[in-house]
Amino acid sequence: MSDPFIKLHDVYKSFHDTPVLRGVSVDIAKGEVICIIGPSGSGKSTILRCINALTPVDQGFIQVGSIQVTSKNLDMVALCHCVGMVFQQYNLFPHRTVLQNVSMAPIQVLKQNKAEVTERARALLDKVKLGHRANAYPGELSGGQQQRVAIARALCMQPQAILFDEVTAALDPEMVGEVLTVIKQIANEGMTCVVVTHEMGFAREVADRIYFTDGGLIVESGPPDEFFANPADERTRSFLSKVL
Amino acid sequence: MTRDRGPSKFSPEVGIDLAGARKRVGTALNAGLAGVLLSILVVCVLVLAVAILHGTDATVLAKLAKWTPFLAQGFLLNVVMSLIAISAGTLGGIFLGMGQIAPFGWISWPSKVLTQIFRNAPWLVLLFYCIFLLPYQVRIAGQTFVVANWLRASIGLTIPVIANFSEIVRGAMQSIPSGQWEAARSLGYTWRQSVHQVILPQCIKRMLPPWMNLYAVLLMATPLASIVGTQEALTNLRTALQAEADGRLLLPFYAYLLSWFFIYSYPIARFSMRLEKRFAIH
Repeated sequence: MSDPFIKLHDVYKSFHDTPVLRGVSVDIAKGEVICIIGPSGSGKSTILRCINALTPVDQGFIQVGSIQVTSKNLDMVALCHCVGMVFQQYNLFPHRTVLQNVSMAPIQVLKQNKAEVTERARALLDKVKLGHRANAYPGELSGGQQQRVAIARALCMQPQAILFDEVTAALDPEMVGEVLTVIKQIANEGMTCVVVTHEMGFAREVADRIYFTDGGLIVESGPPDEFFANPADERTRSFLSKVL
Repeated sequence: MTRDRGPSKFSPEVGIDLAGARKRVGTALNAGLAGVLLSILVVCVLVLAVAILHGTDATVLAKLAKWTPFLAQGFLLNVVMSLIAISAGTLGGIFLGMGQIAPFGWISWPSKVLTQIFRNAPWLVLLFYCIFLLPYQVRIAGQTFVVANWLRASIGLTIPVIANFSEIVRGAMQSIPSGQWEAARSLGYTWRQSVHQVILPQCIKRMLPPWMNLYAVLLMATPLASIVGTQEALTNLRTALQAEADGRLLLPFYAYLLSWFFIYSYPIARFSMRLEKRFAIH
């Protein structure tokens, strides 16, 4: 593999006395789509949250592009410009319209030209098929629609990678498809994606590589066909037998 | 109507719907107006009843009328002091409240300690402190300005308002789901930007009812200033009673003054109850 775009090396993290990550190392190349699967509490979300510095690590090294995330003088704005995040609970700002939600950070944080950002935001809303709801408030949208707005919001920062944290877990089943379709589209366009998910079919379809985590460790990883057909580790087999 | 869909976590209530908000505030204002009329009615009945109990003495009413301008002058000072204290107190309380939840220990600890000290101190004691500790006159650019008693009293009343509002702000900000903070953070907002752009705007509606409540409590506390010699309504009322030296006037006069406070603050209470219902999120 060429130089990895996102690099985690031997990352440790505990919450109080509970170890959550116990030496995690992951290399993700530019344009790669990674799915992280595993039982709940195995540290999947924490890996994502360490990558964009929402959670400080106890030990280890993380680098995204040329940004050292674990460095003391981390430039948070540069990191957020580089890596976007979409949350399980959407976390849209309820007091702002859909269009403002998408455009406010590039204007206020990246100090970009308002007209240009607004134009880009509208185009992104069209892309997630919500152009007609630009002036609605998040509370007036369904869960699936809110999640698509959240994806547009992440994209509007023009990141080079996006982290998806169980983005369909809070959705009604009939809305899962519309969100996954958008993620697939983004992945196919060459965006580096790190996806924590319980949707095995989706992982199999879009992922270049799958990581399986258990107990704060990466148990195994591999291309999806291999991973699902011949899981090497007993823990992986046991997990897959429960979810497939 | 969409806003009658019942409570949901991100209900449309949270959005800034100007036309709707105007309508809602309008209805609440009407409720306030109705409150004024109702309270005036109640007061008329009250004063008449007291007058009748005291032997339908027409002179009582005449005395009340005679002293009304003097009492009104005092009451105006109560209102002015309450307005100064609520304005300064709100401003101070916002900063102290934000300070309480700031992620920097050197800001949050002093903010918490100050809030707790002043919130758990009797208003009257704080008032005494301000009256006697604040300078009676200040020199600015060679000019000497006398700091009026009522101004020092206003400052004394401001302190508990700051502390109480600080708690209102802290409570409201902490009631915002943590996902909002994280989303702002993941978009590159600093802590201050998150507060200004994301958290505080969502707090305003939650803070409005307790803020109005605080104002009502503050207004009721303004007669405390009479103890330290401010020429406000209660002081003037006692001056009037002393001048008249007529024991029969005692009850009607006090009832009369009570009614003023009631007329002024009851509509505010009604208005805030209405707002509370209209803007209820959960």
